[in-house]
Amino acid sequence: MSNGYLLEGVRRLGSVAIFFFQLLIQCVPALARPRLLLYQIYNAGARSLIIIMLSGLFVGMVLGLQGYDLLQRFGSEEALGTAAALGLLRELAPVITALLFAGRAGTALTSEIGLMRATDQLTAMEIMAVDPLRYVAAPRFLGGVIAMPLLTAIFSVIGLYGAQLIGVQLMGVDRGVFWSQTQASVDLHDVNEGLVKSLVFGVACSLIAVHEGYHAEPTAEGVGLATTRTVVASSVVTLLLDYVLTAEFL
Amino acid sequence: MRANRTLEIGTGLFVLLGFAALLFLTTQLPASGLKLGGAKAGYHVTAEFDNVGDLKVGSPVTMSGVSLGEVEDIRFDPKDYKAVVRLRIDPQYRQIPDDSYASIQTQGLLGGKYISLSPGGSDTFLKDGSRIEQTQSAIVLESLINKFFANYMSKGKNDSQGQADAHGKGTDSQGNTESKR
Repeated sequence: MSNGYLLEGVRRLGSVAIFFFQLLIQCVPALARPRLLLYQIYNAGARSLIIIMLSGLFVGMVLGLQGYDLLQRFGSEEALGTAAALGLLRELAPVITALLFAGRAGTALTSEIGLMRATDQLTAMEIMAVDPLRYVAAPRFLGGVIAMPLLTAIFSVIGLYGAQLIGVQLMGVDRGVFWSQTQASVDLHDVNEGLVKSLVFGVACSLIAVHEGYHAEPTAEGVGLATTRTVVASSVVTLLLDYVLTAEFL
Repeated sequence: MRANRTLEIGTGLFVLLGFAALLFLTTQLPASGLKLGGAKAGYHVTAEFDNVGDLKVGSPVTMSGVSLGEVEDIRFDPKDYKAVVRLRIDPQYRQIPDDSYASIQTQGLLGGKYISLSPGGSDTFLKDGSRIEQTQSAIVLESLINKFFANYMSKGKNDSQGQADAHGKGTDSQGNTESKR
């Protein structure tokens, strides 16, 4: 029994890898239809904006409160800006954005494509000699990959504003110190780390979402299961990759 | 057509916002980046220090613990081998005596440096472009410790002259002999 599970896991991994390769090949011709891509950027990015901004603000504010409480025990509240900026840029913004993205945009992608599969739309496309990978999967994948770093950057900035709001406005850390300490300790390297992470997460989450939808069982239950798998797999893969990338960057 | 327009505007807004955020992160956050943003109101005075420690642009300038302005620029004067710090004082604080005393202090244990002004007794006030004459440099903890130990060591040596192994015995035994006397 466990052997079967193992084999099934390996098969799934191989299926994702092959799908990724096919998708990459179709990405270049998919650029010839910018309107499709545009719509997917809107779908994955612009529509996730509110949830990302709200979460970013609250994560930043919590970081401000907790960071202040911790740092003032050592009499170094001034380091709050540094702690918040580095925490957000390196870890919190890419990871939380990816998790939210998996829940908000990934599920939508999976159920949309899965429903297309269930209602034979993808088969119909194939019969018309229209490659569904090129016209359905690739734009959605690319849209997610483009949207993720932008969402992460917005998350970082809003989060930093939230931390500043709590630290400076509420707790009375000097504004000049907050920003000068932040600027003194943040490097372009840190911004890069967040950027690379968000790009990798964008590829992983979009790939999983599109793949699960594309290979969903063509039933109502199958689409539901695929959507669940998208969230679970995206979250786990994001956290796992986060560890690997962090170890790489340190 | 209508739906298309809102779609395009929405996407454009999102991409614009994203790139604005990226731009902010890459150029404004690291100290090596560009400095945008308009000049703030106030007047400028300069002060020369032998050593500014890790004083940074943006560090506050305070008097009696209240922030009056900030450090706007730190340069090195190659003629006098001194650091020239330009301070911006908020416009409402016009009446700071021109013989005030500027010193570089540390916030908290690990905190950053800031400039503390102590008022002098002069009847004339600091104005745009004036220079603060009396300054005290940042206290560098390492050199302070060095100085302390150098003093301590030479004192210990003087006290324990005649003891051949005074140096090898370490500070503890020396401290003991000192306290007995």
